[in-house]
Amino acid sequence: MYQAFLIKYAEIGIKGKNRHLFEDALVHHIVRALKRVDGTFEVTREMGRIYVRADGDFDYEGAIEALKTVFGIAGISPVLIIEDMDYDNVKAQVAAFVKAVYPEGTPRTFKVVARRPNKKYPHDSMELNADLGEAVLLGCPWMKVDVHNPDVVLSVEVRQSVYVYSETIPGPGGMPVGSNGSAELLLSGGIDSPVAGYMIAKRGVKIDAVYFHAPPYTSERAKQKVVDLAKLVARYAGQIRLHIVNFTDIQMAIYEKCPHEELTIIMRRYMMRIAEIFAEQDGALGLITGESIGQVASQTAQSLLCTNAVCTLPVYRPLIGFDKQEIVDRAQQIGTFDTSILPYEDCCTIFVAKHPVTHPILKVIERSEHKLDDVIGPLMKEAVETTETIVVDGEN
Amino acid sequence: MEAYLDNSATTRCYEEVADIVRKTMLEDYGNPSSMHQKGVDAEKYIRKSTEILSGILKVKPGEIYFTSGGTESDNWALFGTALANRRRGRRIITTAIEHSAIAAPAAALEAMGYEVVRLPVGRDGVLDIQDLANAMTEDTVLVSVMMVNNEIGAVEPVAEIGEMLRSRYPDTYFHVDAIQSFGKYPICPKRMHIDMLSVSGHKIHGPKGSGFLFIDQRVKINPLIYGGGQQNGMRSGTDNVPGIAGLGTAAARICASLKENAEHMYSLKERLAEGVSDLGNIYINGPSDLRKGAPHILNISFQGIRSEVLLHTLESRGISVSAGSACSSHRRGGSATMEAIHAPREIMESSVRFSFSELTTMEEINYTVQVLHEVVPGLRRFTRK
Repeated sequence: MYQAFLIKYAEIGIKGKNRHLFEDALVHHIVRALKRVDGTFEVTREMGRIYVRADGDFDYEGAIEALKTVFGIAGISPVLIIEDMDYDNVKAQVAAFVKAVYPEGTPRTFKVVARRPNKKYPHDSMELNADLGEAVLLGCPWMKVDVHNPDVVLSVEVRQSVYVYSETIPGPGGMPVGSNGSAELLLSGGIDSPVAGYMIAKRGVKIDAVYFHAPPYTSERAKQKVVDLAKLVARYAGQIRLHIVNFTDIQMAIYEKCPHEELTIIMRRYMMRIAEIFAEQDGALGLITGESIGQVASQTAQSLLCTNAVCTLPVYRPLIGFDKQEIVDRAQQIGTFDTSILPYEDCCTIFVAKHPVTHPILKVIERSEHKLDDVIGPLMKEAVETTETIVVDGEN
Repeated sequence: MEAYLDNSATTRCYEEVADIVRKTMLEDYGNPSSMHQKGVDAEKYIRKSTEILSGILKVKPGEIYFTSGGTESDNWALFGTALANRRRGRRIITTAIEHSAIAAPAAALEAMGYEVVRLPVGRDGVLDIQDLANAMTEDTVLVSVMMVNNEIGAVEPVAEIGEMLRSRYPDTYFHVDAIQSFGKYPICPKRMHIDMLSVSGHKIHGPKGSGFLFIDQRVKINPLIYGGGQQNGMRSGTDNVPGIAGLGTAAARICASLKENAEHMYSLKERLAEGVSDLGNIYINGPSDLRKGAPHILNISFQGIRSEVLLHTLESRGISVSAGSACSSHRRGGSATMEAIHAPREIMESSVRFSFSELTTMEEINYTVQVLHEVVPGLRRFTRK
């Protein structure tokens, strides 16, 4: 029945003179998301609205699913298109539409809200409201009119053809990716970091990512899992550059020279430093982590202070105040959870102390790090130079 | 250099197997069920393989049924006999160290109301036949015991079990999972009183997706797969001609030189065990007398190094091995076999399986010994403090 979608957007509407930039980005991402859906689609902007129109048969469920991954979309209204503009035909089709969407059995109130951008059409919006309302009442006796507080708002727009819609499916909200700069995501194989990436991308930020690989302590499959997670995030965030850093030698150096209970903190400080190098390469304006206060020893307030101290860019931590269960719920919603819990987690547990520090003191950590002074420079250089960069996108 | 030491996971196809698979795909690609000449030509390959296999086992050609591999054969033996004989009894005896192709269907039957007894094994992985005798009852319809354990190479006394069952419980069927032993040991089901025997093609240099189940004609068994009635209605589905032809070809070659092959693999196994002995804190899982275990499996724990870490290190040097059983690496947690032999945690977590074939060379073993000497001391420096 439906042949088009009206795309509603929220925050973009208030962006003043930059509005067209946001709209362009939104159209771009809608086109991108629909590439993986069976069907031919045309995305158009007309008078402050975005329409997606399908040419011929298409995968309706798939199209909705894809549109739900486009940040910036507040709502998706499936639209019936009436090509034959003959007034009697329009009335009959509108009544039939209401009959199909709101079948007999559940009485509802409604009102018709007609607009007539096509001024050549011989009936104005007042007439349309009255006549179409009457047609619905005649065709569907279980429907009643309530112009103040209706259950159903039946929107009718007269353009080159007549558009009819009444439902709005919620979209993901947020802003179109690319409209707010870019940031570098520290992506692990866990549950949190993909969610963190999703949340920042939702605010319109383009994402690139860094993964720290430690062969032979982490397996090739663990790496593949991270690539798969990046692809899942890319379904929302668009193309992601994923930098796979070989971190083994740095980890071993820390293991050999620094106090074992400080290992994780020191390791994370080097991860941040390396992430900043790639952030600069990618033109990113911030770092993103999946940290949440107190979740593990390296995420206590003291630990975060120590990790943060090496960063010059702002660090976005969208999950900072989330409980684990809340993060898990989000991961399930966005579809990364099942991949995150695959059992190829880092077997680099040998690098985790049995009793890591939970209240590290910055000065002490810095002093411990000095023990790496004569080796760390070349190791960092080597890690950056041997990094493998792949580009993933969310298609298929 | 490369060393492929994961032959219990799968083997490289023999050249002549690949040749015949190619031929049956490109030239003699008919469906044996078709009435025209193409079908007749294809059927010849099946007859030939049936003859080869029945000849090796010294059984009737009509007792060989081709399947999609070891897992299907095992499933069929369990479900097929359990369902066909459910009025006689609902009790099945197996062991605690079976491959999941037996363990999982047994658990499924248990959930359906069958009683499943899982016999313990000794520290060397070998079943005590007395435990089986004690567990036997008149209403036990099936005993299923693997001949060679896939993880540690323990060899079970299947001939003795067959004899005991046939003389004391002639109505109980005896199934043997021979997936790791066919092509390594001579097997004569009739003489050993084995009623059903599962074999997989890709473990003996044949194609993946091929295998068979020997079913003695005295066995009452239901089909597992119904359809067009191929293989006397016992196993429907278009005959997998390339797989069956390849399986027969592989079996003919490997069984022509069982003794020489076993001798070759034992010498590899002994060289590897002796070669790593000076690394210290080494523990051999399975029979400590190497010649009592299977010739092609050597399971060693390098204490202080987690299996996966050693596996990936060796991988980076071109050496392929398994951490425990390849099939069980999809699961988290220890292996059923290692638990059944009461391996301590640190032994379990550091166990690596090296498995050979007749194609494995002494150079590969020497290279592996050399690499182990290079990497093990270094890896041991990095243990969890």
